[in-house]
Amino acid sequence: MKHSFGVAIGPASFRIGSAWADPIRWLKTLYSDYPQPDDGVADFTVLLEPAGALRRWWRPSIGLGGDYRLPDAAPLALRHGLLAAEMGMNIQMALGWRRHLLIHASSVEKDGRALLLTGESGSGKSTLAAQLGERGWRFMGDEFALIDLESGSAWPFPRLVSLKNAAIRALRAEVTDPERFGPTLRETPKGDIAHLVPPRQAVSRMRDSATPALLLFPRFGFPDDLRPVPEGEVFIRLTQASTNYVALGEAAFEALHRLVTTVPAVAMDYRSGEEAIATIESLWAEQA
Amino acid sequence: MSARLLVNVLRRPETVAACGSTEWNGLVAAARAERLLATLAHRLERADVPRGVRAVMADAVIDAQREQRIALWEADRAREALHPLGIPVILLKGAAYVAAGLKAGEGRMIGDLDILVPRDRLEEAEALLLAEGWEWVKSDPYDSAYYRRWMHELPPLIHRERDRMIDVHHTILPLTARVTPDAPALIANSVEIAIGLRVLSPEDRVCHALAHMLADGDLTGGLRNLWDIRCLLADVRDNAALEKRALLHGLAPHLARARRLAEYLFADGNTPLTLPDRLYVRRLLSRDTWGRERHPITRFAFYIRSHLLRMPPGLLLRHLWTKWRKGHRPS
Repeated sequence: MKHSFGVAIGPASFRIGSAWADPIRWLKTLYSDYPQPDDGVADFTVLLEPAGALRRWWRPSIGLGGDYRLPDAAPLALRHGLLAAEMGMNIQMALGWRRHLLIHASSVEKDGRALLLTGESGSGKSTLAAQLGERGWRFMGDEFALIDLESGSAWPFPRLVSLKNAAIRALRAEVTDPERFGPTLRETPKGDIAHLVPPRQAVSRMRDSATPALLLFPRFGFPDDLRPVPEGEVFIRLTQASTNYVALGEAAFEALHRLVTTVPAVAMDYRSGEEAIATIESLWAEQA
Repeated sequence: MSARLLVNVLRRPETVAACGSTEWNGLVAAARAERLLATLAHRLERADVPRGVRAVMADAVIDAQREQRIALWEADRAREALHPLGIPVILLKGAAYVAAGLKAGEGRMIGDLDILVPRDRLEEAEALLLAEGWEWVKSDPYDSAYYRRWMHELPPLIHRERDRMIDVHHTILPLTARVTPDAPALIANSVEIAIGLRVLSPEDRVCHALAHMLADGDLTGGLRNLWDIRCLLADVRDNAALEKRALLHGLAPHLARARRLAEYLFADGNTPLTLPDRLYVRRLLSRDTWGRERHPITRFAFYIRSHLLRMPPGLLLRHLWTKWRKGHRPS
């Protein structure tokens, strides 16, 4: 490939090849503090290639490729190249990662203990984790929590935070350093998106695990409510939130069973981000 | 080119010692794309491999083990479902290699379950599978009619709870192909591996693998097919018997070509190749260091060839026209 870039994020590493310079330039800028893959060998390859014969120059659009790919993924405009690269890395993890139980969740850490937030797209888990990461917590990741199959620890996967629509404004109000923001990508399939470089500490400590201590199911846009979630329900919801539960078989069952039976789970409905954060802090104080 | 490197390393695992990070990245990408990464992992068990690559290979081994476990379970389920037929289930391809504990099964990724039943029992087999929870994958009446009239297998069935596909064959090449293997002979010579389960004889296993690779299809995944053939050839004790068998099935020239290709790529590399052989090699080694397939013209030629092999030109034109009208385009 003409342009390429390598990066290690938490325990995983990627090699990204692109037919265009632009997406690689952005990756190099935003991931400048991240290490290279160990020994220069990456776990996964991501390819950003022209989506059709003429699509390199004429209305350039990106076909997403690599080791693993979604068969019916729609091409993305070249100006959304950074999003394409991030999606490419997520697809590799979701479909190819076998070293941990992968749960679709954001996570933050305090005192060696991890808070996991899981929910559907739009639940606010990403925004809440990013905000907590600016307020005394260590940001561990906004997409995947990696649960150790042997110890049950949560491992970070702190790639760029993908902020959507209103979350962009919320974090701009919080993060003073403009260098930490990528370009705002307008009119992507998921609305407006901007990428945020996680705090320095999230990157320097990206190979430190934490013990899961609280599991939260946030839901944005509903009247404030808190209720404990029974173990059976947590188990089922997490099998649905995991992309490799089936692929890992018995090991995943054991890890998930341990997580569910040792970590309290709470469903949190909320209308305002500030109140949600206050609720999380007080829940956390009760747990400690 | 990474496919070349992959072939060299499969042949002589100790040569990986010379690989730098660029080569390792290319090797992993090519092996993954050819579904040979777990096979490579087995070959490199005692070689000097960087820690990161070990981890990638361990992941591939986990995947292969899972696919093998599922394939054996599916074989067991098929045996159970077809029990009323009163005939054994004959396993083909990956599931057969793994169930019989063959070298070709080491690290073998397995997609669908392939089984062989006598043609005159096909309808009964179909009814039994449908009754036990398998259902049609393709709802298109043209596709279904095409399979039934011209193919060597039933339209693919998928199990509604376990989500696994089964291909029920009555022979090993489409009925429209120029070569007509002797299906009753395949069944007659099959060998028992467990109660109610059989696999083809060592000679017929080679014949099936090379029919699949060289008399059918466009050589997508051909490197893995050729690796199968290399391993299966080593299980054949009597070469004369194999030659005779290939002749019976009309596959003698295919056997000769498969031997040349396997020797050229996986043995000493000094085997004299014919000019067409060189095109096959070009097609087989098309993966680059990013795991992409190169040589689009060669690949397209093999794509056209695959259709010509399967059908006489008149039928082919009619088929392509029907598919085109339905919106199908070659990828």
